[in-house]
Amino acid sequence: MAPAKSGANGRVEVRKTYKLFIGGEFVRSESGRAYRFDGNVNVPRGSRKDLRDAVRGARGAVAGWAARTAMNRGQILYRAAEMLDGRRAQFIELLGSGRGAHKEVDDAVEAFVWYAGWTDKLAQVIGGTNPVAGPYFNFTIPEPTGVVGVVAPEEPALVGLVRRVAPALCGGNALVVLAPEVNPLPALTLAEVLATSDLPAGVVNVISGFRKELLPWLASHMDVNAIDVAGCTADEVTEIEKAAADNVKRVVKHAPGEMSPYLITAFMEMKTVWHPVGV
Amino acid sequence: MAAIAKRQPTDLAKQTFEYAPAPESIDHVKIEPRYGLFIGGKMVAAHSKKRFPTINPATEQKLSEVVEADEVDVDHAVKAADKAFDSWSAISPSRRARYIFRISRILQERARELAVVETMDGGKPIKESRDVDIPLAAAHFFYYAGWADKLEWAFPNRKPRPLGVAGQVIPWNFPLLMLAWKIAPALAAGNTVVLKPAETTPLSALLFADICMQAELPPGVVNIVTGGGKTGSLVVTHPGVKKVAFTGSTEVGKLIQRSLAGTGKRLTLELGGKAANIVFDDAPLDAAVEGIVNGIYFNQGHVCCAGSRLLVQESIAEPLLEKLKLRLGTLRLGDPLDKNTDIGAINSKAQLEKIEELVESGVQEGAEIFQPECKLPERGYWFPPTLFTNVSQSYRIAREEIFGPVLSVLTFRTPAEAVEKANNTPYGLSAGVWTDKGSRILWMAERMRAGVVWANTFNRFDPTSPFGGYKESGFGREGGRHGLLPYLELV
Repeated sequence: MAPAKSGANGRVEVRKTYKLFIGGEFVRSESGRAYRFDGNVNVPRGSRKDLRDAVRGARGAVAGWAARTAMNRGQILYRAAEMLDGRRAQFIELLGSGRGAHKEVDDAVEAFVWYAGWTDKLAQVIGGTNPVAGPYFNFTIPEPTGVVGVVAPEEPALVGLVRRVAPALCGGNALVVLAPEVNPLPALTLAEVLATSDLPAGVVNVISGFRKELLPWLASHMDVNAIDVAGCTADEVTEIEKAAADNVKRVVKHAPGEMSPYLITAFMEMKTVWHPVGV
Repeated sequence: MAAIAKRQPTDLAKQTFEYAPAPESIDHVKIEPRYGLFIGGKMVAAHSKKRFPTINPATEQKLSEVVEADEVDVDHAVKAADKAFDSWSAISPSRRARYIFRISRILQERARELAVVETMDGGKPIKESRDVDIPLAAAHFFYYAGWADKLEWAFPNRKPRPLGVAGQVIPWNFPLLMLAWKIAPALAAGNTVVLKPAETTPLSALLFADICMQAELPPGVVNIVTGGGKTGSLVVTHPGVKKVAFTGSTEVGKLIQRSLAGTGKRLTLELGGKAANIVFDDAPLDAAVEGIVNGIYFNQGHVCCAGSRLLVQESIAEPLLEKLKLRLGTLRLGDPLDKNTDIGAINSKAQLEKIEELVESGVQEGAEIFQPECKLPERGYWFPPTLFTNVSQSYRIAREEIFGPVLSVLTFRTPAEAVEKANNTPYGLSAGVWTDKGSRILWMAERMRAGVVWANTFNRFDPTSPFGGYKESGFGREGGRHGLLPYLELV
């Protein structure tokens, strides 16, 4: 992996310490642990406590994010596309520099742009007024489910994650992302993109570490409202579905490559409001 | 407060007119002494030899005997539904629509018979089964009948496909209406159904079987198996069932969600609630009192979206409670078949015991109980309308779903405090807001973490209006275009 090596001109490169992204801050694991990935990169090995802090960060952020205007959320998602596009070279290198890497970064940018445009259209397409048989005005609007756990897929490490994160953010949720154990760097680096996109602190949190140390706690956490299992094996999904029942968590399973407004509404609740009509 | 407690709210009730008995006639209703199961388009003898009585909770008299369907029975039902699925999902959608329209019409034609059976089997006042349950059930079928041949217009850019056999388990509080909420969208979407009615209220579902036959619905499209929790579990876990829909307690909903882990079955849950009904100081008090009464004493409080927590702004707590207590004194409790009855029988002995236990916990924890002077009939299961003041948020009566005519009153000072208290529950099914100020209604409605918000009204239902919960009140919606989605795969 290029960033870990010295440059050809003999320059001693300034390496980056990869960190967790919790509550808007880049932090080491509270456990102080790391694991070695790809030879020479130390990846933080997040703990149950880190996960708890991330959920707390997300819970604290969700009301404010959900209350932003749809237009503002769209602008921020669009800025994420801008920030990602500005780091094309870095991500292409992270993804192995092949033709596939170029396309993957393009697709990830496109996903942010596409969902940025959905924020202020979704309610019209998905919600509506309901012609009830009585003197009432009645309407249905989509609202964010709340705190969403996202288990990032290993492959494709960037666009696979962006296609989960963007729709959930579009709907106004706050996220706790588990970076894949293998190939965690695109997810951790994506946190740097999101951190400079005017997303309020805590709206996205990214934790790296060992799946078996983190996933059961995310799945059973009583303050997580939904979980996207795109990056899970079938056995893991079964275990998540069992644990999810503890608080009637929504378990979202969609095809990894899919882009659709139904992925946004998968992380949303429909609210229906009634009011009498009269003089 | 003490001054109010000392007054005799029932004085007013005594001054009002005495009501002469006005019982609904039951001579036009025929309940069989025993029922089989509805499988493959006809009533069949069950494999299971176990039967249990269904009783009238107002009289404790046995109405009939039904089967506790076993594994073999459920398997027969699922196989019949599976067999019917191929043709039902393939016939022209407009033909499917016509069968569902027929069902709706027959429900209307037989409305009074259904209302009487519903009231006898479940204990709810006839005026509710007659004016709410049955008309809404018919309307629900009518609404979804119209969707059957318009599905391709419902979900932009997607092709809808039915899922297969739907296994549906429904509660005892609105037996026929819950049946309609389950069966109507399932059939419209092209699925077939195995439905298990609640243990204590199977009769309207068995009457519905007769309606399916009368409508000449193709055999196996609807199958009805009776039984208790075990039968319900057999239905939802049967490998031939592709979609599970459950309405009932959060406790059982969690068991079902866990039991379906890894099966790939689609699931929707409509579970419990502990709704806040919030009254601001500018609300018209008389209207609010009616809304509070309708919110918690409708159907004896056996309503998942009942307004069981009254949050009243401190400055108007005294006059509001005074009016509310006077109003409770005028509620007429008694024979559910009497057209003047406001509060009928508690659905079962088990439910009555649960209500009594929770009410006792309220007294023990230090809340102040108020019950109007209210003579309970000697036989049957009854509980007087009850109101608790001095309730702390930590009390069980403020946290747990009581599912009875029991209201817990809390107060607040600011809108922010009302929001905080209203949302301070793992449930999120419904909420009520009473205020004259339009902007405040919308501000509150935005902040309620609940699937249905009634502003200046409560407990309104309509087939076009999506219904369902946030958080531990479940997921998925019933009613409206949204109610089709759980029964379709979007390709």
